[in-house]
Amino acid sequence: MKRHAAKTSKTSQSHRKPLAARRGTARTAAARRSEEVAVFVGTRKGALIYYGDAARRKWRVDGPHFLGHIINHIVLDPRDGRTLLAAARTGHLGPTIFRSTDMGKTWVEAVRPPMFGKAPEGMADRAVGHTCSLTPALAGEPDVWYAGTSPAGIFRSEDGGATWAEVEGFNRNPMLPKWAPLENVTPDNETFGTVLIDPRDASHMYYGSSAAGVLETSDRGANWRPLNRNVEAAFLPDPYPEYGQDTHCLAIHPRNPDRLYQQNHCGIYRLDRPSEGWVRIGRNMPAEIGDIGFGIVLDPRNQDRAWVFPMDGTTVWPRTSPDGKPAVYETRDGGESWQRHDRGFPREHAYFTVLRQAFAGDSFDPMGLYFGTTSGELWASIDEGRSWTQTAAHLQRILSVEAARLS
Amino acid sequence: MRVLIPSQLRSYTRGAAEVEVSGTTLAEAMDRLDAIFPGIRFRIIDELDRIRPHIRIFVAREAVRTIAVPVNPDDDIQIVGALSGG
Repeated sequence: MKRHAAKTSKTSQSHRKPLAARRGTARTAAARRSEEVAVFVGTRKGALIYYGDAARRKWRVDGPHFLGHIINHIVLDPRDGRTLLAAARTGHLGPTIFRSTDMGKTWVEAVRPPMFGKAPEGMADRAVGHTCSLTPALAGEPDVWYAGTSPAGIFRSEDGGATWAEVEGFNRNPMLPKWAPLENVTPDNETFGTVLIDPRDASHMYYGSSAAGVLETSDRGANWRPLNRNVEAAFLPDPYPEYGQDTHCLAIHPRNPDRLYQQNHCGIYRLDRPSEGWVRIGRNMPAEIGDIGFGIVLDPRNQDRAWVFPMDGTTVWPRTSPDGKPAVYETRDGGESWQRHDRGFPREHAYFTVLRQAFAGDSFDPMGLYFGTTSGELWASIDEGRSWTQTAAHLQRILSVEAARLS
Repeated sequence: MRVLIPSQLRSYTRGAAEVEVSGTTLAEAMDRLDAIFPGIRFRIIDELDRIRPHIRIFVAREAVRTIAVPVNPDDDIQIVGALSGG
């Protein structure tokens, strides 16, 4: 079992001014008590945790954790407010999961990280390349987590992340080779998949995947079925197949779990259950911007409000800010209309790419929004997206951003 | 036999660069290594018993690409992290 300890330092909002050496211990402790939000940043070379006050104007950085590891996702357990799970690998070493019960002061490696068993006859064997995403289960299941892997697989832990078992209804499903073929990967030889849980019913879950689109289970993962009606897959001969869509980010509204949104490879969609037909709300984006992107963030207070970060999906699909001018777009009417926000961003020649899990929101009022770029910049808005400040720069490629209000 | 541990894996071996294990095959030797240092095997060998793409293993200075090879008590097993792409 591998243990890690993290370095800790203090910075200003600009990530330039170390403060720890100038402050006494008592003052430091007082400052930490005032910290009310944490932003967890997974990068290609390690993880960082940014602690902010309620105003979210002063930030202290903690880390790096696992310097040199590829941290695909680092997540705080909302059920206890202090347990962290991190999905890690390195360029050389295989994938694993680390767990901390003291907010990252110490880490312990999973005894059995996600790994596939021997495939059923007729199915090709799979080996976990990395864990893409980590999902804590509902409050009533305090030690349960789900993990989505590349190649496509779903794993479940019932002991807080120490051991992981296959969700056999998915991993051994005879349809898996069709839903998520092993060859259906990005140029980095990866696929993406994440589990969402209906907050009303732990047995009702969704799986959003870059290979299969959206799948749904009503029996805790024993059986799954596609849920992709009206979602385009422009890269397939049948542009509206039953499955095979490329879901970049799937989100379920916490107050109205019958409402889902997704940022898909082929646009922005909304679904209102029990309907099974998605509506392409991205059609209402300005034509010159389009509705291509990776992440989508929902307002937990308002089911009609969401933010996206559009990227260029024309010609060879640069997936950078259209025309080199970064902007967040917000809807307040469920996608009927969109408003541009670009205050604080560079005005030109800024080719931001924000990946699938690198855009997040907190639960303050006003709500804070955060995203990380592949060029290693962390941006924050404390006025619900209207204006933006660069919180950190010079990091590595940012793979994931999560924000949590500290208890 | 002696297993030479690269820097990437010494957090598992409490800093040791060399570890003594037993076994008649590389697979047995790696199982023994994992029994002493839990978790180390999966970082270098996947669940299909394949040596991971950016790990090289040399037995008696000969490169091997499978763990189903015999090893002798006086062989050195050298584990190397290679070509991970920066």
